[in-house]
Amino acid sequence: MIDQIFGVWNYWIVFILMMIGLYIVISKKSLLKKIVGLAIFQTSVFLLYITFGKIAGGTAPILTDNVNEIYSNPLPHVLILTAIVVGVATTALGLALTVRINKAYGTINEDEISASDLVEYHEKYLEDKK
Amino acid sequence: MMPFIIKNLPILIVITPLMFSLIVAVLNNNRLAWTLSTFASFLTMIFTILLCFEVSYKSNISYYLGNWPPPLGIEYVIDRISIIPIMIVSVIGLIATLFAHNFFTLEIDEKLVSKTYSLWLLTIAGLIGLITTADAFNLFVFLEISSLSAVALVALGSKVDRKALVAGYNYLILGAVGATFYVIGVGLLYGVTGTLNMGDLAQKIPALGLNKSVIVAFTFMMLGIMVKAAVFPLHIWLPNAYAYAPSPVSVLLAATATKVSIYIIVRISYTIFGSSYEIYSFESLRYILLYLAILAMFAGTIMAIFEKDVKKLLAHSSVAQIGYIVLGISLATSPGIASSFIHLINHALIKAGLFMSIVAMGYYTLKRIDVKTIAGLGRQLPITFFSFVICALSLAGLPLTVGFISKLYLIKAAYMSEGIWLPFLILVSSALSLIYIWKLIEGLWYNEKSLKIEKIKELPEIYLPLLVITFLNVYFGIDAGLIIDNSFIASDALMSGIK
Repeated sequence: MIDQIFGVWNYWIVFILMMIGLYIVISKKSLLKKIVGLAIFQTSVFLLYITFGKIAGGTAPILTDNVNEIYSNPLPHVLILTAIVVGVATTALGLALTVRINKAYGTINEDEISASDLVEYHEKYLEDKK
Repeated sequence: MMPFIIKNLPILIVITPLMFSLIVAVLNNNRLAWTLSTFASFLTMIFTILLCFEVSYKSNISYYLGNWPPPLGIEYVIDRISIIPIMIVSVIGLIATLFAHNFFTLEIDEKLVSKTYSLWLLTIAGLIGLITTADAFNLFVFLEISSLSAVALVALGSKVDRKALVAGYNYLILGAVGATFYVIGVGLLYGVTGTLNMGDLAQKIPALGLNKSVIVAFTFMMLGIMVKAAVFPLHIWLPNAYAYAPSPVSVLLAATATKVSIYIIVRISYTIFGSSYEIYSFESLRYILLYLAILAMFAGTIMAIFEKDVKKLLAHSSVAQIGYIVLGISLATSPGIASSFIHLINHALIKAGLFMSIVAMGYYTLKRIDVKTIAGLGRQLPITFFSFVICALSLAGLPLTVGFISKLYLIKAAYMSEGIWLPFLILVSSALSLIYIWKLIEGLWYNEKSLKIEKIKELPEIYLPLLVITFLNVYFGIDAGLIIDNSFIASDALMSGIK
């Protein structure tokens, strides 16, 4: 029992972080918080990959004289390096869009944005009627 | 020189737009940026055509990046299946680039135009890379290259309408969640198989038997890509993104982006998991996809009927058309997949033509095109109207247009595997689509306001690409042999992977 919970400690953390991130993306109204949630969600996946790559007692994958040296799998680390770059690009683009939305609407709250779109739509509708 | 090019064709089609996008980004001259982009997409198309000839007698080209053999290195595979979407992207890419210049100079800040072309080429490079790569993780990288640049392109529509920013933001968030789901799936697969190469995965998965990790990985990968492909309940980002993007971006994305994602769905379910088809009984998933596709057909069409904004209307109709394509895949028979490949090609031609003619009308009148502002435009813009009518009839599936061919094969395949009820539903939804098509044609031609006819001068740089697309719509409707033969070859190749 204890083994099942603490033996796979990392996976639990991955699971909790993933759910926190996804929950923030879905539930929060602030566009900024959604991006934070997305970043947490992506980070949990990074941790998942790194956990796959780790071998208990293994060293860093560096070429040594000892042929029988146990080393961790380097490939997940490399993949995650790429994924981190992609994550940074996503966050940067999301933040840039949030700044522009704030300039255009004066708010970054989802409900207020759709409300102001609705107001715009009605004003246009009344104008067309005249 | 020539053998060198021939040998490296699979990477050249990706790297040409990628490199040119870097060059274009630093230019200040917008006209030059456009010329270079056109040159890059022209070069990409030449390489694609050369690749077609190569594939037609080699049937399978495998290219090792940096000469590292798989499963260690990244492998690019061009076969009779992947050549179809590559052809779609490069042809539509070239036509849309030719078409783009007037719209970008009108709709985007002058100092941003050359950067826009850079993003444009990046999107094309990302889409082609997605198709060629046979490495599951490399696919994720290209997925993000194409979708991040597409998001930025959509958001550039903000000069015309600020809603473009929100549309781009939603596309970004949903796209990123989808892509991350895909990565989770790939990670789980890597955890149990220790490989990322698609061919290698296909060989190793059957030995694992009924492994929970593999089932979960399959679900995550499919869900992630289904977001990108806008399969029915996950399509929510699509209508706004297509409606508020700058005009040429709508054309490019509507014709290519979702098609490429659907191709990846086919790749995942048939190439990677195809060899373990028996174990992971595709039956249950197949029915999920089938019912989602039927829902998409009706939901998209009904939303389109009640939509006033014409670009959004076309986007809703895209959702319905994606439903038809997914329907073909979900039949899981050779004719079914062939029919969805046929519709993949045909729908790219149809939607490109429709979006091009609608945004051309917007360009001439400097108005947002909705059901009111189109009144009588057909008489003022005869050439654009002509193209619009041909493509619209093609969308409805009238004979002598490509739409008819794809409906014919889809109905035939649906009848063969499901009986009469499915063709009936397809026919009903096609009949419903006539309602919104007729609403548009009626508004464009038979409207009271058209009495004071003022002809607007149509520009050749806009109507020539449009006429090319229209011609292709009619030509492949009459002589569809090329499309049909290649789709059947592709579907047979896919089905042969299933034991």
